[in-house]
Amino acid sequence: MIENKQTISELASKNKRLDGRGLEEYRQPITIETDISRTAEGSVRVQIGQTVVLAGVKLSIEKPYNDTPDQGGIMINAELTPMSSPEYERGPPGIKAIELSRVIDRGIREAKAIDMKKLCLEPGEKAWFVIIDIITINDDGNLFDAGGLAALAALKCAKFPEYDPETGVVDYKIKTKESLPLLKEPLPITVYKINNALLVDPTSQEEKAYDARLTIASDTNGTISAIQKGGNTPLSIAEISNIADLALKKAKFLREYLDKVIK
Amino acid sequence: MVYKTRNDGRKIDELRPMEAKAGVIPNADGSAYFKIGKTTAFAAVYGPRELHPRFLQNPKTGILRCSYSMMPFSGSGERIRPGHSRRAQEIALVMTASLNPVVDLTAFPNSVVDIFIELPQTDAGTRCAAISAAAIALADAGIPMKDMISSVAIGQVDGTVVADLDYSEESYPAIVSDIPIAMLHNSKEISLLQMDGEISKEDLIKAMEMAKVAIEQVYKVQVQALKEKYQKVKQ
Repeated sequence: MIENKQTISELASKNKRLDGRGLEEYRQPITIETDISRTAEGSVRVQIGQTVVLAGVKLSIEKPYNDTPDQGGIMINAELTPMSSPEYERGPPGIKAIELSRVIDRGIREAKAIDMKKLCLEPGEKAWFVIIDIITINDDGNLFDAGGLAALAALKCAKFPEYDPETGVVDYKIKTKESLPLLKEPLPITVYKINNALLVDPTSQEEKAYDARLTIASDTNGTISAIQKGGNTPLSIAEISNIADLALKKAKFLREYLDKVIK
Repeated sequence: MVYKTRNDGRKIDELRPMEAKAGVIPNADGSAYFKIGKTTAFAAVYGPRELHPRFLQNPKTGILRCSYSMMPFSGSGERIRPGHSRRAQEIALVMTASLNPVVDLTAFPNSVVDIFIELPQTDAGTRCAAISAAAIALADAGIPMKDMISSVAIGQVDGTVVADLDYSEESYPAIVSDIPIAMLHNSKEISLLQMDGEISKEDLIKAMEMAKVAIEQVYKVQVQALKEKYQKVKQ
């Protein structure tokens, strides 16, 4: 990959980008395709520009945690596959994959997006656990937004498999019509700061040139449920306020695509 | 009890509907999507590129390295733990061995051609889909190839030899044998042959003869996918 760190940085100070986009402009196409894997309880393919990720939800019955005997659980895992970029290698998740999954996890968990109590089948014994896997197919930057959108979309279209309370057997081949008990719909948006300019939806080249980034997950009404700052440059309060405004605006923008595909 | 009518109503030598597309992953040097029935596979080829760790380098030729992975949500039951299982490692090994005869990497000493396979959804026949996808991706990457390779599983379900088993047939409550086969298009040589179950020698020969015909159909889909991509480029 050609590194254009300096060019990107110089352009940003003139409110310009390498691919000619505006600073607050997302790449096209933005597409959300549902049910891309029939073996998953819910699955989607999300594309933003040339970045493509898949997300799949699996549901399984486990013993609730000791401190929350009346609740189910949630787990989010992200795999940056070596298929998706020459920079990734096979092996246990690296720090980038760990941060990605944790930021998306926090957005959903801390927003209390899923009614955990409704996932409980028998207090202290059995509860549904929701596991979301985010897999990259082609990484051309902005995995936080693409991954977060994919995770939320997969949750929205997931259906419970058939469960027989008598025998305790789950039949994964039969999907019921019952959706997950979603209370909120948090969506993360990441704003990047490059040479004092604020921009969204970076390509992987632009990601190499950033000074700071801030991911903000917010709900339909604008409530923020998670924040993560990255990068080695500090941000002022005024900057953070501007970033939050931009993130909330862009969350609304991306949410329109989601609402069009999944009711 | 003899298996006469197939669970999904196919003829005994009929493959599940196939779909293929070349060049689906822009970051990769070559890539493909291959679908047979409900089994779907992505393949990406990176390279030739420098091989690390260096002690694996061969000064006479480049080497091929495969990696096979089922996505955690791709199984028909509970979630599959991500990462390299022993099964995945073995499949990667037999895949590499089956693809090696068709590639010529002597022009790229000390280098590696990596093939990554990811399956979003599976319904049996995953290693065959993986090889068929990998072959398209290798050709798409412009890797020198001596022949095309295609793969399909033949099996015997309760006494009947059938092509391209799905999961309901693999788990049929009777004697079932599953024989994944990969075959070179021109030479008709077999470069992948595995089998589990129970089968007589006569039926094994029958299965390989059936594979010869079945694999032609896979080959056509592969070639079509490559043509579609490069016709687009030409226009």
